[in-house]
Amino acid sequence: MDRKIRVLVAKPGLDGHDRGAKVVARALRDAGMEVIYTGLHQTAEMIVEASIQEDVDVVGLSLLSGAHMTLFIDVAKLLKKKGMSDVLIVGGGIIPEEDIPKLKKAGIDGVFGPGTPCDEIIDFIKNNVKR
Amino acid sequence: MKDLAENVLKGDPRSIARLITLSENNDNISIKAMKKIHPHTGKAHVIGITGVMGSGKSTLICELTQLFRKQGKSVGIIAIDPTSPFSGGALLGDRIRMQRLAMDDEVFIRSMGTRGMLGGLTSAVYDVVEILDASGKDVVIVETVGVGQAEVDIIKIADTTLVVVVPGLGDSIQTLKAGVMEIADIYVVNKADRKGVNQTVAEVESLVDISCSEKDRKTPVISTIAKDSKGIDNLLDLIEDHQKYLHKTDLFEKQRLLRYEAELVEIIRKKLMNFIFDEKQFKDKVEDLINKISKKQIDPHSAADEILKKIIK
Amino acid sequence: MFDEKEIKKIKNHKEKWENSSYKKLIKKHPERKEKFENLSWNEIKNLYTPDDIKHLDYLKDLGFPGEFPFLRGIHATKYRGRLWTMRQFAGFGSAEETNQRYKYLLEHGETGLSVAFDYPTLYGHDTDHPLARGEFGKCGVAVSSLKDMEILFSEIPIDKVTTSMTINGPAAVVWAFYIANADNRNIPKNVIGGTIQNDILKEYIAQKSWIFPPEPSMRLIVDTFEYGSKYVPRWNTISISGYHIREAGSTAVQELAFTLGDGLEYVRWAKKRGLKIDDFAPRLSFFFNAHNDFFEEIAKYRAARRIWAREMKKMGAKKDRSLLMRFHTQTAGCSLTAQQPEINIVRVTIQALAAVLGGTQSLHTNSMDEALALPSEKAVRIALRTQQIIAEESGVTNTVDPLGGSYYIEWLTDKMEEETYDYWDKVERLGGVIPAIEKGFYQREIAEASYKYQREIDEKKRIFVGVNEYELDEPIDIPILKMDEKGEERQIKRLKKLRKNRNNQKVERTIKNLRKAAEKDENMMPYILDCVHSYATLGETCQVLRDVFGEYVEPAIY
Repeated sequence: MDRKIRVLVAKPGLDGHDRGAKVVARALRDAGMEVIYTGLHQTAEMIVEASIQEDVDVVGLSLLSGAHMTLFIDVAKLLKKKGMSDVLIVGGGIIPEEDIPKLKKAGIDGVFGPGTPCDEIIDFIKNNVKR
Repeated sequence: MKDLAENVLKGDPRSIARLITLSENNDNISIKAMKKIHPHTGKAHVIGITGVMGSGKSTLICELTQLFRKQGKSVGIIAIDPTSPFSGGALLGDRIRMQRLAMDDEVFIRSMGTRGMLGGLTSAVYDVVEILDASGKDVVIVETVGVGQAEVDIIKIADTTLVVVVPGLGDSIQTLKAGVMEIADIYVVNKADRKGVNQTVAEVESLVDISCSEKDRKTPVISTIAKDSKGIDNLLDLIEDHQKYLHKTDLFEKQRLLRYEAELVEIIRKKLMNFIFDEKQFKDKVEDLINKISKKQIDPHSAADEILKKIIK
Repeated sequence: MFDEKEIKKIKNHKEKWENSSYKKLIKKHPERKEKFENLSWNEIKNLYTPDDIKHLDYLKDLGFPGEFPFLRGIHATKYRGRLWTMRQFAGFGSAEETNQRYKYLLEHGETGLSVAFDYPTLYGHDTDHPLARGEFGKCGVAVSSLKDMEILFSEIPIDKVTTSMTINGPAAVVWAFYIANADNRNIPKNVIGGTIQNDILKEYIAQKSWIFPPEPSMRLIVDTFEYGSKYVPRWNTISISGYHIREAGSTAVQELAFTLGDGLEYVRWAKKRGLKIDDFAPRLSFFFNAHNDFFEEIAKYRAARRIWAREMKKMGAKKDRSLLMRFHTQTAGCSLTAQQPEINIVRVTIQALAAVLGGTQSLHTNSMDEALALPSEKAVRIALRTQQIIAEESGVTNTVDPLGGSYYIEWLTDKMEEETYDYWDKVERLGGVIPAIEKGFYQREIAEASYKYQREIDEKKRIFVGVNEYELDEPIDIPILKMDEKGEERQIKRLKKLRKNRNNQKVERTIKNLRKAAEKDENMMPYILDCVHSYATLGETCQVLRDVFGEYVEPAIY
C-alpha cells in the first residue's frame, strides 16, 4: 500500500496572518505528507467541502485573530455532521490555554500554540491519524 | 464495496473521494469497485492541460469550468503537483487558485501528487478519470505538473490536449520544441497582456505550420488573459470544435484505445513492480542482484531476465 | 574619513593580531559558533575597525542631524528637543471599552493614541455582516459607523493629541469617520493631527487585509494624499510599513528594501496624478519593526533615513521636509513567546532601546502577554513604563545619534543600504513593484525566509529562550484580558437602531453620488465624507467601492 497522510491546512475567517500556516504546510510536506493549503478567508463550509473532496486524514486550522471558539468549533461540528468523524482535527495560532479544554471537547484533537516545534505537530499527526 | 461503487455512480462526493484514495494507495479493495464502475465510463469529455509553471493553468481551468457550468455541465478536476523525490511529500497548490468554484455541488476538485511517476501525471490518474466519469461528470479536466519536456503522457489520457504557454517566459517555446509541441490539440497563449505576446503567438503558429503540414487539421492557436476572463469563450468554442472533430472522424475511438492501452500498461507495470519489490521472496532476491550488479558479477539485463524468469514460472 | 596611511597601519596590525593573539586564543578556546550571522543571514566579523569604513566621507555620507543626508537624524536636537511619542496600539471589543483603555493609557503617560480595529472593520464589513461571525472585537475595536467613532473618542481631546489608525483597505472611509467626528465637535480640519496606515502595497505583500485590486486602491490612496495636503495639513495620510512584512517572516534587509520600495511607488503614483512632490511628501511617514538583533535594527533605521533622503532628491523634491524619513516603530510581536511571558518584558526593552538609538519619532512597546491575548491593563502599563524608563533614566537621550561613528554600525548601515539596492534591481527587472507583487516575488522571499528561520529554531541553530532552550513547564500565571461578552450584541443593536433612525434618503443620495464619483475620475474623499456624515455605515460605503472596483484575489504562493 502506498498510503500518504493527506492534510488540509486552512485559514478560517478573516484573519490574514498566514506565516505559520505556510511554514507548517512546508514542514508537513518535508515530512512526507501531501498538503493542500486552502488559502485565506475560508468559511466552515468551504473547509469541509475541500476536506471531503480531498479525502484528507487531517484538517489543520490556523487562527490568530481570537475567533477560534466560534470558527474552529463550526468546522468541527460541520465535519461531524457530514460524517467525517475519522478526520483528525488540529489547530494552532493564538489560543489561550483556558480555551483548549473547550476546544478539545468540541472535537479539536490537538492544539499547538506559539513556539510549538514543527516536529511536535508532525509526530502528533503520525501517531494519531485515525485511518 | 458494492456500496462504494453504487454511491460513486450516484455521484456521492464522499464515496468518490474515498474510492480515489483507495486507488491511489493501491489498496486492493478498490479493484472490486473499479470493476463495477467501468461499464459506466466513456461519457465524459476528458481535457488535458499542460504547460510550464506560471503559465496560469489553474486560473484557465477555473474560468473554463465556470463556462461549462453555465452550459449546465458538471465538471471534475484533477490537479496534479510534483511529489518531492526527497521527502515523498507534496504541496498541492492548485485548489487554492480555484476558489471561485468552491461550494458548487457540480464541481469536484481533487489534488494529487505525482508520487514518483514521471511524465507529469500520477499512475492513479487513469482510475481517477474513470471514477469521475462514472460518477456522472460531463467534463473531466486533468491539469498536469508543469515541467515542460516530459509532459507527453497527457495525450494518452486526454481527448483534447491543451498546451499553455506565456509570453516572455524566455524559453517556454524552446522547452516545448521536443515532442511536446506535437501533442497539442489547441495552443493557448495565456497572460496575453504581457509584453511579447505577438511574437510568442507568431512563434507558436510557425511551429504549428511545420508540424501540421502533413495533417488534415491545423492546430489552432488562441490568446487568453485568464485572470481577466478574456478569450475563454473562444477557447471553449475551440474545445467543442475539437470534440466534434474527434467524433466526426475515427480519431475519437483511436484516442480511447490509446488511453486504455496506456492504462493497461500502467496497471501491469504497477502490479509487476509491487510484486517484485514487495513480495518477500523477490525483494531479497532483487536486493541481492542489485548488489551483484554493482560488484560487476552480473550485468543489469541478465539480472532482469533472472527476475522475469522467476515470475513467468 | 581617515588618513590613508593610518588605515594601512591599522589594517596591517589587524592582520598581525588575527594571526597571533586571536589565533592563539581560538585554538585553545574556539569561538561559540563557526559563523556568527545576524537575522538577515549576513555574517558578522569578530571585530570592526576604521578600515571597514574607510570609504566613508563624514560630511557627505554621515553629515549632521537635521541636514542631508539625515543619516544621523532628521532633527538637529532629536530627543534633547522632544522625546518620541509614546503611542500604544490599542483596541478591542466595542467603542466604549476601547475608549476606557485610551483614557487609561493617557492617564499613565502615553502621548499619542493608536487605534487597532477588529477584522470585520479592517475588511470594510459592519459587525452584522455574515463574514463577521465570531470576529467582533477580537483583535481590535469594531467601528461600523460615525456613531462608533464618536463613542471611541468621547471625552478625548483630539485637538490636542494625535491619533494613528491602523487601517488599510477601507482607510479612506475610517479617516472620514475621524474627520467627520472632529467636524461635529467643531474642531477644524487643519487642527487635527494623526496618521492613517493606508499602505495597500504591504497588504498584498504581507498583512493581507486588502479589499480592492491594486489600481483602484492606489487611486484611493492618492485621493487621500491630495485631500490631506489641501484640507488636513497636519495629517500623515500614509504610514508606509515594514512592520508587517517583518512579522510575516522577512529579514531586516527585506523589510528595509520592500518598505522603501513601496514608498517610492506611492510617490510615483502621486506624481503621475499631477501632485507636486513637495506638496505631499512631507506627510509621508513610515512604520518599522524593532526586532531582536540590536545593532542590525539600529543600522536599518539609519540606512532608511539616508536612502530615503537620497531617493526623494532624485525624485525631484526640493524642500528639506520632503526628504525626511519620519517613522513609528513597534517592537516585534513575532519575537515574543507564550512560554514564560514575563521574559517578554526583557525582549521588548532591548528592542525598544534599538528603536530609540535608531531615532524613532514614535514608539509602541508590546505587552508581555502578546502571544496569549490582547494586552491586559497591567501588561500594557509595564510596556509603557519601559519607554518611560528608557526616556528618563537611561541617559541615551542625552546626545543625538550616540552610535554614529561606531565602526560596526556604520559598516552595517552601509551594507544594508547596498543590499537594498540589490533588491530594487531585482524588482526593476520583474517590471516594478506591482508586477513583482502579482508575480509573487515578495511573497516568495518572505515564505523562504520564514521557513529558513523556523528550521533554524527547530534544529536549535538559533536559540529561542523558553522555547527551544531554558524551557519551563509551568502554568501561565498572568492576568489575561477579558472582554465584555455583551459587546457584540450591543453593537448589533446599535447598528440596527442607527439604520432605522437616520435619514435614509440622505444616505441613499450620498451613496449614489459616491458611486458616480468612483466610476468617474474624481477624488472620492469629499463624497466619502458626505456618506459618513449622513451615517452611512462602513459596510455600506465600502460596498459601493467593492461594486465599482471589484475585490482582490491573491496569487497562491507558498
